[in-house]
Amino acid sequence: MASTACFIIVSKNDIPIYEAEVGSAAKKEDAAHQHQFILHAALDIVQDLAWTTSAMFLKAVDRFNDLVVSVYVTAGHTRLMLLHDSHNEDGIKSFFQEVHELYVKILLNPLYLPGSRITSSHFDTKVRALARKYL
Amino acid sequence: MAPIVPRSGDAVFANVERVNAELFTLTYGAIVRQLLTDLEEVEEVNKQLDQMGYNIGIRLIDEFLAKSNVSRCVDFKETAEVIAKVGFKMFLGVSASVTNWDADGMSCSLILEDNPLVDFVELPDTCQGLYYCNVLSGVIRGALEMVSMKTEVTWVRDMLRGDDAYELKVKLLKQVSEEYPYKDDE
Repeated sequence: MASTACFIIVSKNDIPIYEAEVGSAAKKEDAAHQHQFILHAALDIVQDLAWTTSAMFLKAVDRFNDLVVSVYVTAGHTRLMLLHDSHNEDGIKSFFQEVHELYVKILLNPLYLPGSRITSSHFDTKVRALARKYL
Repeated sequence: MAPIVPRSGDAVFANVERVNAELFTLTYGAIVRQLLTDLEEVEEVNKQLDQMGYNIGIRLIDEFLAKSNVSRCVDFKETAEVIAKVGFKMFLGVSASVTNWDADGMSCSLILEDNPLVDFVELPDTCQGLYYCNVLSGVIRGALEMVSMKTEVTWVRDMLRGDDAYELKVKLLKQVSEEYPYKDDE
């Protein structure tokens, strides 16, 4: 498992709707802020890159020191972003695909308003389990 | 010759028109979602769903009797069995089981293991207290009222609230004898 990994989902209106620190390293308050900052900075690159390819999985779009940003853009332009320091591309791809599936289930819930924060604890548990499995 | 009472609704279910399950689930979801937006109060939504169910039930019973070939039920026990095995199967595609009879046979529980209305649904914190499937209780109440049984239908267990099944308690309040709506001399 990667020592550092931060996963966020950004809605199509550029609002973060889900965040999780899924790394095995000890949690540091300022590191979390730094991770958010790096992911935020990567959004611009994603925007440019997303329309140049038909693939949903954009490999390493940005890097910061030893940290790499990988992004998965859904058809509805929701972005699943992962900041990681491991180089396990296949694992990351599988992780994204499975989280995408979970995200679609969340979207299908009639009581969930698209673009609002994902508060489901079930989703959170599943994402963390997937992170342990693939990253 | 008396019509044969179907043991289950499978045969009827195979013959009625059906829609895609997801379309059905999401349409119902959209209704509940809209009610939540419009009425704001969860209690009001429960009431409204029940009322909608009632309005469906009083019409649905005719369709049910026309297509299912069930004969007149001799007692409330048989009625409950027919609802669970034929009614639910015919309209929802699942069948329920009937248990928890009280001593005088006036109330029982219908238990649904599977409920197509709630696929994908997860209750958020803001909707605690919502009986998502309250339309079902209304349908049963409405349908039974049309065949002269006043009932009270309440939810006992709800999977969305963390229980292991859906349980509807159906209580027979009284049997209204059939009356003509008009007097002979009018």
